[in-house]
Amino acid sequence: MITKSVVKKNSYRDSLILMRVSTQLRSISGVANAEVMVATEQNKKTLRSAGLWTDEVEGAGSTDLVIVVKAQTEQVTDEAVHLAEEILAGRESSCDTHELRTVRTLMAAREVQPDSSIAVLSIPGELVKREAMKALDLGLNLLIFSSNVPVEDELEIKETAARKGLLVMGPDCGTAVIDGAALAFANKVRKGRIGLVGASGTGLQEVMSLIHRCGQGITHAIGTGSNDIGPLVGGLTMCEGIRRLEADPETDVIVIVSKPPDPSTADVVLGVAGECKKPVIVNFLGGNRSRVEASRLALAETLEDAALMAVAKVRGEEYSPSLFTQPLSEVVELAASHYRKLSSCQKYIRGLFSGGTFTSEALLILRSLVSPLYSNSRLAGVGDLPDARKSMSHTCVDLGDEEFVLGKPHPMLEPAMRRDRLMQEAQDPEVAVILLDFVLGYGAHADPVGGLLPALQGAIQAASAQGRHIAVVASVCGTDQDPQQRDEQVRKLEDLGAVVMPSNAQAARMAALIATRGAVERIADRGSVA
Amino acid sequence: MKRASVIGLPRPIKIINVGILEFAESVKTQDVPVVHVDWRPPAEGDEEILALLDNLL
Repeated sequence: MITKSVVKKNSYRDSLILMRVSTQLRSISGVANAEVMVATEQNKKTLRSAGLWTDEVEGAGSTDLVIVVKAQTEQVTDEAVHLAEEILAGRESSCDTHELRTVRTLMAAREVQPDSSIAVLSIPGELVKREAMKALDLGLNLLIFSSNVPVEDELEIKETAARKGLLVMGPDCGTAVIDGAALAFANKVRKGRIGLVGASGTGLQEVMSLIHRCGQGITHAIGTGSNDIGPLVGGLTMCEGIRRLEADPETDVIVIVSKPPDPSTADVVLGVAGECKKPVIVNFLGGNRSRVEASRLALAETLEDAALMAVAKVRGEEYSPSLFTQPLSEVVELAASHYRKLSSCQKYIRGLFSGGTFTSEALLILRSLVSPLYSNSRLAGVGDLPDARKSMSHTCVDLGDEEFVLGKPHPMLEPAMRRDRLMQEAQDPEVAVILLDFVLGYGAHADPVGGLLPALQGAIQAASAQGRHIAVVASVCGTDQDPQQRDEQVRKLEDLGAVVMPSNAQAARMAALIATRGAVERIADRGSVA
Repeated sequence: MKRASVIGLPRPIKIINVGILEFAESVKTQDVPVVHVDWRPPAEGDEEILALLDNLL
């Protein structure tokens, strides 16, 4: 193997552009691995872990771009490096061609648009604080998409913002919708009367999409960032978000969505929520259950329940959770049409998820329905996978976890990242069900289902060639107004013979129904999260 | 005259996007006013000078 690197001094492109260039290089025949990155300290660690470390990379600084290629021959490395240089040169003036007002500094942006409300920052995490403080000094609220921001910086940014009466969403905030504007990765959802605040971007996306599909809408979805609910930051943004939704005359119902907060943060957040006069619905992804119950706020077992409870509140109706939103007899018949085709040795569910929220929610539902159950996500009652690259028994794996995305595109941005694992599972003779999530919206892949379709077809055919039927069960998080058109995404899956369920929670239950050969009583008794 | 606001943010929402170009583009397709900052990291070794300048300005 030959490794070649080139440093472009004082060059910069945004991380999404560079990720796409890197993906293109890796698809060249003969290339074992390749990265094009800004040489920040974090990125240099990534390159070292990926075995793409050279003297040039070591000497590069955070204002430099590095192109690193590892390939079978010198000719292939040279070709790949040359291609990267051409693409980057072609992107030199890309900003000018989009009729987008473009400037070089925050100050200049503020002069061009003096009544700006929010600065969205997606720059290397170690460099966020300086820009964030400048933005706050200019009176701007913040959405910080960047991750790897030191938590001490996050606290300082949020405390400064609080003194100025400004809102900080993030860091590591991937989703927000403010007054109808979908920011970063978010769905196009009609405006309505339900306000959301959450530390889980995908959780917010599932809840807002389901609210929309029920014919209702949202006022805002305030993202807090994943570290907000940790012990140091203590829920500063979550509490501020709840207070602002309580004071908002356009919001009638408040929904809080989060992975389980640190216990002391949970107490603080539930305390603030408990002071609201408006109905508040809480989904902590199965955590802090007794605290939520003690607070007498409405506890939602699943993201779908949170959405449906909020919709019922707005309509002035009672809500009774049910396992499936279609008639049970139809669901059981659909499951039967698949499990009748399974051979007796096919018994396992393999959930391949593009992120942690849907993985955790599926695990919460499945852990009382099937056993043994493993994951690379930590949860009580679920075993730890010794090697996350190899499933055991029933497994739900978060393929968006750092271990898998280090130096590679996230599966939400590049569906093909789940391809190899899909084939691996399909070739296991004990696998009955493959469970998948697809996430639509701004910022997501242009065709998440289409991007995985060849792999799905290949997997189904590979199993069929060995005389096995594989049931593919999926959910598609999104709305008819999203750029990817949800109906079209669902149709592609159904044309393949996949079972598409209305939510991630129902998809997990359907997977269990198929794997257990229709043990409805078990699902009915224990299909709720406990 | 007091400007309209929504959850304490001035309305209508107007965005300054710093970093990933695609985020600015997707905001623009929603007809939300946006200005894109074609951001570059500060030059190496200038951190102290930049900090001094930040304090002065």
